[in-house]
Amino acid sequence: MVVGAGVVGAACALYVARAGLDVVIVDRGPVSGGTTGAGEGNLLVSDKEPGPELDLALLSARLWTQLAEELGEFIEYEAKGGLVVASTPGGLTALERFAGEQRAAGVVAEPVHAEALYELEPRLAPDLPGGVYYPQDRQVMPALAAAHLVRASGARLLTGRTVTAVLRKPDGTVQGVRTVPGDILAPTVINAAGTWGGELAALAGVTLPVLPRRGFVLVTEPLPRLIHHKVYAADYVADVASDSAALQTSPVVEGTAAGPVLIGASRERVGFDREFSLPVVRALAAGATRLFPFLADVRAMRSYLGFRPYLPDHLPAIGPDPRVPGLFHACGHEGAGIGLATGTGHLIAQLLGGKTPDLDLAPFRPDRFPDEEGE
Amino acid sequence: MTERPHLAVIGAGPAGLAATVAAAAHGVRVTLLDSAARAGGQFYRQPAAELNARRPQALHHQWRTWERLRDSLARHVDAGHATHLTDHHVWFVERRSDHFTVHALVGPAQEDPVEVRADAVLLATGGYEKVLPFPGWTLPGVLTVGGAQAMLKGSLAVSGRTAVVAGTGPLLLPVSTGLAAAGVDVVALVESADPKAFLRRTRAFAAQPGKVAEGAQYAAQLLRHRVKLLTRHTVVEAHGDKRLEAVTVAALHTDGRVRPGTERRLACDTLAVGHGMLPHTDLAETLGCRLEGLHVHVDDEQRTDVPGVWAAGETTGIGGADLALAEGHIAGRSVAARLTGAVPDPRGWATAAKSRTRLREFSAALDSVYVPPACWTDLITDDTVVCRCEEVTGGAIRKAVTGLGAGDVRTVKLLTRAGMGWCQGRMCGPAVAGLAGCELTPSRRPFARPVPLGVLARAGEAEDDEHR
Repeated sequence: MVVGAGVVGAACALYVARAGLDVVIVDRGPVSGGTTGAGEGNLLVSDKEPGPELDLALLSARLWTQLAEELGEFIEYEAKGGLVVASTPGGLTALERFAGEQRAAGVVAEPVHAEALYELEPRLAPDLPGGVYYPQDRQVMPALAAAHLVRASGARLLTGRTVTAVLRKPDGTVQGVRTVPGDILAPTVINAAGTWGGELAALAGVTLPVLPRRGFVLVTEPLPRLIHHKVYAADYVADVASDSAALQTSPVVEGTAAGPVLIGASRERVGFDREFSLPVVRALAAGATRLFPFLADVRAMRSYLGFRPYLPDHLPAIGPDPRVPGLFHACGHEGAGIGLATGTGHLIAQLLGGKTPDLDLAPFRPDRFPDEEGE
Repeated sequence: MTERPHLAVIGAGPAGLAATVAAAAHGVRVTLLDSAARAGGQFYRQPAAELNARRPQALHHQWRTWERLRDSLARHVDAGHATHLTDHHVWFVERRSDHFTVHALVGPAQEDPVEVRADAVLLATGGYEKVLPFPGWTLPGVLTVGGAQAMLKGSLAVSGRTAVVAGTGPLLLPVSTGLAAAGVDVVALVESADPKAFLRRTRAFAAQPGKVAEGAQYAAQLLRHRVKLLTRHTVVEAHGDKRLEAVTVAALHTDGRVRPGTERRLACDTLAVGHGMLPHTDLAETLGCRLEGLHVHVDDEQRTDVPGVWAAGETTGIGGADLALAEGHIAGRSVAARLTGAVPDPRGWATAAKSRTRLREFSAALDSVYVPPACWTDLITDDTVVCRCEEVTGGAIRKAVTGLGAGDVRTVKLLTRAGMGWCQGRMCGPAVAGLAGCELTPSRRPFARPVPLGVLARAGEAEDDEHR
């Protein structure tokens, strides 16, 4: 049983079902009702430093490529590539050094000098020193991706059902969940509850310190394709890895297949506060118009917000919980859940099928954080 | 002039005008912002000056009330107690620590920013028409009853020669008689409500003799213009190649289904269709005001639950111009008392409060009578376009609901793009909710209208610099 009908839950359902198991997905809301529905749908390798997360991103990228052959047109899959732009010569040097380390870890990262920059994106602001191009960066429409992965899995989908307890046998092993209309029994429960994964873990009596990190996205009126890649400023990478609670914004701009341009990315730790914030959205607009001056005359149609599920060391929790036999975690992917969903689902399916996982799961161990005091 | 406390009123329809006049008369400086070139809103919509209308009042009742409001506004403007900002399109109201900033767009392309600071805000943003799609509804020649009325009031002209007026609601009557008086051949007024339903609410209607007389007047005019009245009927399809040529109407069972075999075709080049109104609540929602169902919740003084924010008129529940006037007046008086540090005395607005109570009961009774027929979602075929902005069909929405598990408006939007376009789901929202089988709930629209990124990038910046 998978708890959570976001993209990670959907990918778990798909790979587990394809491994031959019966799957049921339970969610308190609709499909893609949480962070998945509030994301931009980035499948990125460019923003990750060498390490376990990048390995997971590269594995996931290969799996997304395979899925795209089957589902690509339904999920608006686009292999458009990412372009990271430096704003100063010093910034370019740092960016190129970072790209060099990524190349050593298996990422395709091509240096782009100043003139070539404008061949890739003619409408960029003038006088930028250069950047790095990442052809492995891609995009999907996240809500469609989750819905079609669920459908392709053939899993039974139970929406609008809040899990109120994790059921356990006298020996402590998991035997299902309790929801308002009734119990659902299953020997395995996969926690894919995203930002709310900590709450589900608590129902099973264990600590998993998932916290929300709020982000806003601005959406423009539909435009012809004027921005061809995912384009972002080099400082984005530093923001992604940062631990700060304060507001950070760095411009991330991309066109979509449907026409509107999506503008991110803000990060702040303010709990689950859903109030609209003009200062945050103003900073996004300012950043985007600095990168692409023509956007100043383009209209913002709407803005939405979501809560990235993050764990203190910025790595997701993937794998069995040794404290509760039968409970698996697949959550805490922060802002990279869409991209990392396929790899996560694949690894969980390998574990359940008794195979050796393709990646070492030690860095993702769910019990790597100290229990809360008093426990 | 001593510094008066400052109120920003958003919307210059009946509620906003009544509030402006009441507050300005009681010690408040008022800035009235409205997107139109002239005051009046939809109800007191005026013919453009260059048309030299000799008798604009012919299309309006309560012309006297309008003249009184218009003249009072002019007096307060002359005295320096009120400013009327026309062609100001408000996209956002920002709550700051000790005041509010109203952000508007001006200019021919609505590209230039204006910011107005105020101690309090009154939202009189009115309502918009509820649109329910059916096959052929996107053909040229099909328009909303509100659109037809705006055309009559604003330009004194209509394009068509033969019209059908259809749907449900009190607006169908004046639009039918207005079109007939303008020389259009109104073939039929097709109302889905059951006349018997009125009898069940006799008491509420009897309490409003003026309204009943108004209705009787319209009925007499229908008779005079030989407009055929088809109650418990609905339009099931609009026909035409490049534009509207005819409609098919059918009778309804008491349970709201179409009675097979009753279909008949009426030739016409204009179809005015309406299913009532919905409140504009975007600014209120973004300010954090509590909504009750689809409208803004207010207390007896028309205060929202956000300190410093009042609301009046259709935004607090659809009820018509008379109710908007009463609510606007009460709101204006309450603002004046609260902002000048006085204790509001409801005895000062007892008359308005009394008519507010009566009119709310009356409109609740109307709401219970004028409901769209139960079959309306069945009329939407799989190839009927439901979301015009993004061209999403009924079939695509049904597929998202049955095949992908979408059970609410937001998920349908995410999976089909219905409601993501220029109107942000204002038009297709009710239809999508109907097809998804859920209640229509207010959607979050942080920007009440689209705003250029260049404006957004600097919004409120000047104020922040001052504070530094």
